[in-house]
Amino acid sequence: MERSIIISGFGGQGVILAGKILAQAGMNHGLEVTWLPSYGPEMRGGTANCTVVLSDELVGSPIVDEATALIAMNLPSLDKFEQTIAAGGHIVVNRSLIDRQVDRTDVNAFYLDMNEIARDEVGNPRAINMVALGAYVKASGTLPLQVVKDTMAQSMRESGKEKFIEMNERALDAGYNAL
Amino acid sequence: MGERLLLRGNEVIAEAAIRAGCQCYFAYPITPQAELLEHMALNMPRLGRTFIQAESEIAAISMVYGAAGAGVRTMTSSSSPGISLKQEGISYLAGASLPCVIVNIVRGGPGLGNIAPSQCDYFQATKGGGHGDYHLIVLGPSTVPEAGELTMLAFELADQYRIPVMILADGLLGQMMEPVELPDPIDPASLPAKDWATTGAKGRAPNIILSFEMDPDDLKQMNLDLQSKYRTITENEIRYEEYETEDADIVIAAHGTIGRICKSVVRMARAEGIKVGLFRPITLWPYPYEPLKRLSQQVHTVLTVEMSAGQMWEDVRLAVAERAATPFFGETGGIVPTPRSILNEVKKHVR
Repeated sequence: MERSIIISGFGGQGVILAGKILAQAGMNHGLEVTWLPSYGPEMRGGTANCTVVLSDELVGSPIVDEATALIAMNLPSLDKFEQTIAAGGHIVVNRSLIDRQVDRTDVNAFYLDMNEIARDEVGNPRAINMVALGAYVKASGTLPLQVVKDTMAQSMRESGKEKFIEMNERALDAGYNAL
Repeated sequence: MGERLLLRGNEVIAEAAIRAGCQCYFAYPITPQAELLEHMALNMPRLGRTFIQAESEIAAISMVYGAAGAGVRTMTSSSSPGISLKQEGISYLAGASLPCVIVNIVRGGPGLGNIAPSQCDYFQATKGGGHGDYHLIVLGPSTVPEAGELTMLAFELADQYRIPVMILADGLLGQMMEPVELPDPIDPASLPAKDWATTGAKGRAPNIILSFEMDPDDLKQMNLDLQSKYRTITENEIRYEEYETEDADIVIAAHGTIGRICKSVVRMARAEGIKVGLFRPITLWPYPYEPLKRLSQQVHTVLTVEMSAGQMWEDVRLAVAERAATPFFGETGGIVPTPRSILNEVKKHVR
């Protein structure tokens, strides 16, 4: 069983970190994983994305033709990746910044207002990446939410950001519960 | 070996170098290998070792020459245009038989090119690059854990044979993260002394390290000694991986990043009943000609896949000769072929 997830948005929306936490959570859950960022000019304000592969066996290709899921945090991301998602896959849409529906009828689309949830429910607009990740966890059922929470907390501790653990836990919960 | 960590290829190469006992690291920054330099900048001083961000790539490789001559384990790293600048120094290191490790996190070329992953420096790494009749040992990792293992090995081989060893990776492997268990560190003080090194001649005759010999007969002898060493390395150090080749009709020959991507291609092809295997050279010099020659006798096609216009393809054709068809599929410009695009190419050769 192999799952591949593209997380894509503006630089600054935290898609790279969300992908790292998802990959690390997969590893902590006993899976083989790869994490591959887009690197280069898009890191400086354009569209940033990363691809995470979670698998029962050693991962061959870290790049995928058809990802099983897309987390689209802005419109260019949905435009760029919608047609590449595998039939039966999952697309999580940030309705705050994307004013259209998913065109595909052979995928499972999930809509939530990530910016408003982060700002109003969590109280920190920068928490949108954890809102998005929580929503993906619910939509896909790939990993237990608690594993993702524990991994996020571990990641925050390792980078000396303990004070953000509680807020990010609430963000994961808010995204999870929004679907 | 310790816990599983999720780390970037660049970080793992740097950390493996530290654990191999690298005492002096010199480099000039360039994308996509910046994290390698950053890891060394953070950690080498903490360990009381030497990190210098040199004023140029040429300065960095010249510092490697000095440190290697003084007998310590030493490394430099860069990406394609920076490695081109180092070629004069690399030739001198090879000529002087100095052990060191050089890492090339290859990006798209030629010229300034771009920062996307590529394998377009294969010729430069394996066929020369600098002037003169010399070779480097060239190791081509395909995964993040293997990048760590081969970096440890690179320092061992460099010392054993007194030869510069190159790690030839690419931007994708440098940037991606994968679980890895780091090797136990080696204490530099536990390494065998190098009686040829220029450590101060107090109480003994001076050691002289040169790649210079005005007398043609003496320079010829230096070349004969180098060639003899290269034959020994070729006899003892060839490394490669075969994957699902036992009953294969078609073999894909691919190294590094494309080598691992082609494992996915093999799985996809076999799921459709196509008998495909993978031959992945790990030593790009010395190249595993004989194993590939043997394999080519049992298949009808050896398809070379590279992120270049076809460089390793020449070595594949040397190994296979007329025993099997030798088509090529590749991408240039920093484009990474996807598994499906490679599978489509494989299908063209099904008989």
